Amino acid sequence: MAGTACSSQKATDGRGNDDGKIKIGLVTKTDSNPFFVALREAAKAQAGKDGAELIALAGKFDGDNEGQVAALENLVQQGVDTILVTPSNSTGILGAIKKAREKGILVIALDTETNPKDAVDATFATDNLEAGKLQGQYVKAALGDRVPQLLMLDGSPGGTVDEQRHNGFLQGIGLTESDPKVLGKESTNGDQNKAQQAMENLLQRAAAVNAVYTINEPAARGGFAALQAKGLADKVVVGSVDGGCQGVRDVKDGKYALTVMQFPKKMAEDGVKAGVEFTRSGKKPSGFTNTGVTVIADKPVPGIQAKDTAWGLQNCWG
Amino acid sequence: MKALVLRTPAVGPALALLAAVLIFSLTTDTFATADNLSLVVQQSLVIGTLALGQTLVILTSGIDLANAAIAVLGTLLMAQLVLGGTSAPLALLLGILVAIGIAAITGGVVTGISLPPFIVTLGMLTIVTAAARIYAGGQSYPVTDELLTFLGTRQYLFGYVEVTVGMGLALVMYLIAWYALTRTAWGRHVYAVGNDIEAARLSGIKVRRTVLSVYLVAGLVYGIAAWQALGRVPNADPNAFQTGNLDSITAVVLGGTSLFGGRGSVLGTLVGALIVAVLRSGLTQAGIDSLYQDVATGVLVIVAVAVDRFSRGRQA
Repeated sequence: MAGTACSSQKATDGRGNDDGKIKIGLVTKTDSNPFFVALREAAKAQAGKDGAELIALAGKFDGDNEGQVAALENLVQQGVDTILVTPSNSTGILGAIKKAREKGILVIALDTETNPKDAVDATFATDNLEAGKLQGQYVKAALGDRVPQLLMLDGSPGGTVDEQRHNGFLQGIGLTESDPKVLGKESTNGDQNKAQQAMENLLQRAAAVNAVYTINEPAARGGFAALQAKGLADKVVVGSVDGGCQGVRDVKDGKYALTVMQFPKKMAEDGVKAGVEFTRSGKKPSGFTNTGVTVIADKPVPGIQAKDTAWGLQNCWG
Repeated sequence: MKALVLRTPAVGPALALLAAVLIFSLTTDTFATADNLSLVVQQSLVIGTLALGQTLVILTSGIDLANAAIAVLGTLLMAQLVLGGTSAPLALLLGILVAIGIAAITGGVVTGISLPPFIVTLGMLTIVTAAARIYAGGQSYPVTDELLTFLGTRQYLFGYVEVTVGMGLALVMYLIAWYALTRTAWGRHVYAVGNDIEAARLSGIKVRRTVLSVYLVAGLVYGIAAWQALGRVPNADPNAFQTGNLDSITAVVLGGTSLFGGRGSVLGTLVGALIVAVLRSGLTQAGIDSLYQDVATGVLVIVAVAVDRFSRGRQA
């Protein structure tokens, strides 16, 4: 670790200043997910403001560790000063991150933590356990006197973010994993089509459902379509996470009770700012920075602070 | 010149590779450095190894859609067995044996009941992908064992040229395959079967045995690809290499091997795998968006098949 710090000091003197421009690399999980598009656009905008150059690369699909490693290597070749990365897998790309840091490059994880957390210099991300917890608490409050009968539309098996939100939700609604009130759960990979199919199948055996957890808004859309087709839309409280503009509109239209907004723009802007600061002064950020979450809902429930969808539409992404 | 290109399928792709390397060397400052060129080769290793097996299958006028899935299952087996206390050499061996076993089933079904390889390997792709996910239990497994990550070991030649053990192994495998295909009776049989299966049968070649042997060799190669993958990214992930089968076919086609079988070379495939990696790296360093890189690769694939068609027409 001491060696890394030492070489980074050297690097700030020479690297990246060859053509007078600060170079920042960004590696997202994919090119196409609106969340990462918003993150990339915000990073580009911030880099433009700060007079830095942003090089954005991505994996081909969620779980493309090989593609992310190649992207990291290519950025090192291009002499970037800072790399911002949303790791597809918490451990898969640690070797490439280590090599980049050994060359004195500042590496910041955005959105998803690495394991171990100190494999990167710093992490700017949503506290996903907190996001899940807020979703669970709101759904419980919205149910009122009704006993929860829960279906869960999960993300990808083994994903860090997915597990944190899932566990947070169960804590928030006050259930355990094996509670019989959890009527069923399915992986959706956060994909609308898969989520719809999963919910259709779950409803075949769990028509008594009154609460639904979703990993993100695409999963919520798929799940809601299946509920609507079964005529259950009014009887079920659906909660989600993300804060995409479509998701906020869906809350406004009453499709889901709430969504928990994340702030990818803030992650990207803070990351770019930290990179610029690092090149200018050699100062490195460290530790986990919570970029915050906000519950977006139009019906207030006791005990939970929420913003309405009008605020949500002004602050949403994508 | 044209005659040479038509007669030796690897020459055209090699010229294309050379052109790409030249262009990127001239247009970017960062492409033509020893360590970047080393990275380009490393980035092509797993797909390049999968593509070697794919070439053999395609030469028999088959196709293998399951190759990457088999390799992914291999990585999971190796990683989990070692985590469970199995010794690394045994885990490595078992991973490779399972890959050969699956390929043997594929080959057995293809030759035994004469089903189209496309269909059989499509089924295998689905089965093996599911098996890998079931076996992984929704987790990915970090690998720290030195033998399993051995192919990622770096050495420096002349003090600055970075090479990995995996590069050496891939080169050796390609040379062995090249020798076997061009200098042995088995190789001639493989080409003959792919060219015209009836003619091959009538000339006394044991067609089924030849095709089955190709699948077995391909299985061995996929097992080694799993080992290559752990050297590159020391993490066995059931979601990895989702497009590996198509990427390997891309390398084969860019290398000038005919998808209709019977024509092509493994050296061409080596060049084809490098073309993909050179494009990816060079276009990235030239600041071209990755989606446009895919467009470029796609155009090249179509051009390569058109050249194959054109040269076939000329020969016939």
